[in-house]
Amino acid sequence: MNRKNIFLQGMRDGLPIGLGYFAVAFSLGIIAKKAGLNAATGFLSSLLVRASAGEYGAYSLIAVGAAYAEVALMCVIANLRYLLMGASLTQKFNPSTGMLTRILVACCITDEVYGISIAYRGDLAPSYTFGAMFLAGIMWASGTACGIIAGGTLPVNVVSALSVALYGMFIAIIIPPARKDSGVLVAVLVSFVMSWICSRIGFLSPGMRTIVLTLAISAVMAICKPAEISYAKDKLKSVRMKADA
Amino acid sequence: MHRNLFVYLLITVLVTNMIRVLPVTLIRRRIENRLIRSFLYYVPYVTLAVMTFPAIVEATQSPVAGAVAMLAGVVAAWLGLGLLPVSLICCACVFLIELYI
Repeated sequence: MNRKNIFLQGMRDGLPIGLGYFAVAFSLGIIAKKAGLNAATGFLSSLLVRASAGEYGAYSLIAVGAAYAEVALMCVIANLRYLLMGASLTQKFNPSTGMLTRILVACCITDEVYGISIAYRGDLAPSYTFGAMFLAGIMWASGTACGIIAGGTLPVNVVSALSVALYGMFIAIIIPPARKDSGVLVAVLVSFVMSWICSRIGFLSPGMRTIVLTLAISAVMAICKPAEISYAKDKLKSVRMKADA
Repeated sequence: MHRNLFVYLLITVLVTNMIRVLPVTLIRRRIENRLIRSFLYYVPYVTLAVMTFPAIVEATQSPVAGAVAMLAGVVAAWLGLGLLPVSLICCACVFLIELYI
């Protein structure tokens, strides 16, 4: 497949992500408005940042006039998982991939775009990631702008239904590999249980919880059930999104 | 002291993207260490799983709706449905259950 087709394929897989983004960004727009952003600055800011939890945290702090350092720290903590995702992406690049391409792909990291990029069969296809982010990014930014303009006009039950769109996408990314690899299945189940327990006892803030649990559970799994190098590669191929079925 | 909105936004844009770019500028080769490779292999699945549950149950107005949406999503994904269908099934579950609960 040539680059253009892979880009289009990325756009197609980016559409469901973008739809979910639009819904979530809409509610983000309501907070952005409180921070003093208008539709234009909201669009641009969301397009350049592309981080749900990070933007939510930053806009909330801006709204109360927090110190610049606080906003910077919030961005680091809320987005620390991207550091892990970036490290994981480095292993999926074809070794001949140039530095500029690597940096541009890294800039596309969001939970979902990273998720489908890592699930792409074989080496990472930069065009695929760019295609997905092109569409999803614009929808994310548009959602923010629309939320700023029309925030609070959607009925509560519609917002409630839309709010699970992102989680549905997460489930669609993690379950197919869990079905094929018992290691991933165990990791996912342990994650659900530990996350639930930590949430119940109020251990850490949601952002920190994600980071601490990711480090701990992934490390334990890596020790207890190491993925064979070739084995891991085969699995990555086999977890190729069902979207093209 | 009145702070500038654009300085805030510049900080947000720069910090967030620097975190994304840092690992790819530092790690350029394939890691041969089996333990580290295995760790990085599990990272995405664990992160997404941790972020999904119990957040999905807390995101909806009725926790029951969120829980049913999660179960339906898992079954749908297990049967091989893609991103959009699974997502829509979850939304539909919440909408219908909250309509009748």
